[in-house]
Amino acid sequence: MLIKKPDDIKSSEITDERLYMNRRLFMRGAALAASTAATGYLYQKLLAPEPQRLTPAGKAEPGTQAAPKSWGLPGEEATTYADITNYNNFYEFDTNKTSVARRAANFVTRPWTVAVEGLVNKPKVFDLEELLRFPQEDRIYRLRCVEGWSMVIPWLGFPLSRLLAEVEPLGKAQFVAFETLYDPKRMPNQKSDVLDWPYVEGLRLDEAMHPLTILASGLYGEPMPPQNGAPLRLVVPWKYGFKSIKSIVKIRLVERLPPTTWNKAAPDEYGFFSNVNPQVNHPRWSQATERRIGEFGRRPTLLFNGYAEQVGQMYAGMDLKYYF
Amino acid sequence: MKDIQFRKILVFVNSLVPLALLGWDAYRQRLGANPLEFITRTTGTLTLLFLLISLAVTPLRKLTGLQWLIRFRRMLGLYAFFYGFLHLATYVWFDKSFQMRDITADVWQRPFIALGMLSFFLMIPLAVTSTDRMIKRLGGKRWARLHKLVYVSAIGGVLHYYMLVKADTRKPLVFALLLALLLGYRLYTTYSGRLKARPLSISKQTPPG
Repeated sequence: MLIKKPDDIKSSEITDERLYMNRRLFMRGAALAASTAATGYLYQKLLAPEPQRLTPAGKAEPGTQAAPKSWGLPGEEATTYADITNYNNFYEFDTNKTSVARRAANFVTRPWTVAVEGLVNKPKVFDLEELLRFPQEDRIYRLRCVEGWSMVIPWLGFPLSRLLAEVEPLGKAQFVAFETLYDPKRMPNQKSDVLDWPYVEGLRLDEAMHPLTILASGLYGEPMPPQNGAPLRLVVPWKYGFKSIKSIVKIRLVERLPPTTWNKAAPDEYGFFSNVNPQVNHPRWSQATERRIGEFGRRPTLLFNGYAEQVGQMYAGMDLKYYF
Repeated sequence: MKDIQFRKILVFVNSLVPLALLGWDAYRQRLGANPLEFITRTTGTLTLLFLLISLAVTPLRKLTGLQWLIRFRRMLGLYAFFYGFLHLATYVWFDKSFQMRDITADVWQRPFIALGMLSFFLMIPLAVTSTDRMIKRLGGKRWARLHKLVYVSAIGGVLHYYMLVKADTRKPLVFALLLALLLGYRLYTTYSGRLKARPLSISKQTPPG
């Protein structure tokens, strides 16, 4: 073994101090860059917002040419198509509102049928195309979510009463029960047990027959995007959003008050009626105000979501705190 | 090894990365349809995350023997406080526009908000007494006892998260599980004879390695 004596090391082999410092600086720079990149990556994976998915390829945002500034609601403008289609509560796909658009993107809605049955003279399984042949109207409604945010949405649809007239409800029928598709292969989050699937909702018959109540087949003049409840969903504008059940496959007329999904999940928090009411708070948060998507501050929430004139008398004399 | 100074810089800069990216996304208007909800949720998550990381320092140090890990604990705890402050500020400023009456009503009526506030306020004395001078002034033992408040704050914070979700409790439960592990480790080391807790080293001496 050869052990070199100190003076055996040629001076040329000694790393120059400046070079040594440079290398250290370089290593530190690299460590800083690599670690922040890793942290940034983790942030993107775990916390960052999902990019908004826009309209079907190549199409401009529908509202930009077609929509007039005000939609007949004074001082209120329609929420943008991008926001309406990228901020959805649709637990069948994802519990994260900004992930639903991506997870629902490939949801197949053809063929599709809606069975209308129960206490009716003429029960019938409708093909979706039949329902789309009913005259479709533009309806611009506020939508108030129970979570405290709201939108203004230009729906396309037809009155539910139009469909119910076809099947001729019997005198005994007092309520209408609705059911969403149950198919965990197509609705992946139905494999989880966050809610009791399939999603079910209900209305009193007079609420279902009310002219404001529609079955919506589209928005902004376009067919309904999957994340908003394609191909056909209920819209009841004076009730919290979760009442407006999506992707409906069954409508049943019944005598007794039907079970509803959120009421089953938390009976003290979500009642059968769930009318928008600033006076009746959610046990865990206030319902007095709401954040209109696209606006900065909060707006006062209106009784029956601003439709008191049209729907108020259906609830005349009712204790709205008790029947929440 | 002098590198501890550099490692501190590494931790400092990396802890700011989420805030920088959040700010960048906000600037580009990429926070989605409800930016304020997103900021509130993200700063809240970061608060809990930094609480968990700072609570992980001691177990990690004991399990790996890497004594110098303790040098990051103060900074990590202060980052938890910092993100907690941003979280509260978003609520007070953007959600409530400094309407004290609304805020007090919220605190009285909604346990999850009261619990969140309490958990934040419990961090204030810890942040205030985090300097070397305050440690000396209080004396190590009293200081350590005071700083056990962080356990209460972390439990309160995780409960606050659990109570506000509508139905999908999976994420808060993950936080709860991690916190239970970290606190469970402490209970285990305190009460088991086999693994006796080593004294905290707050000394300036640089450990080997």
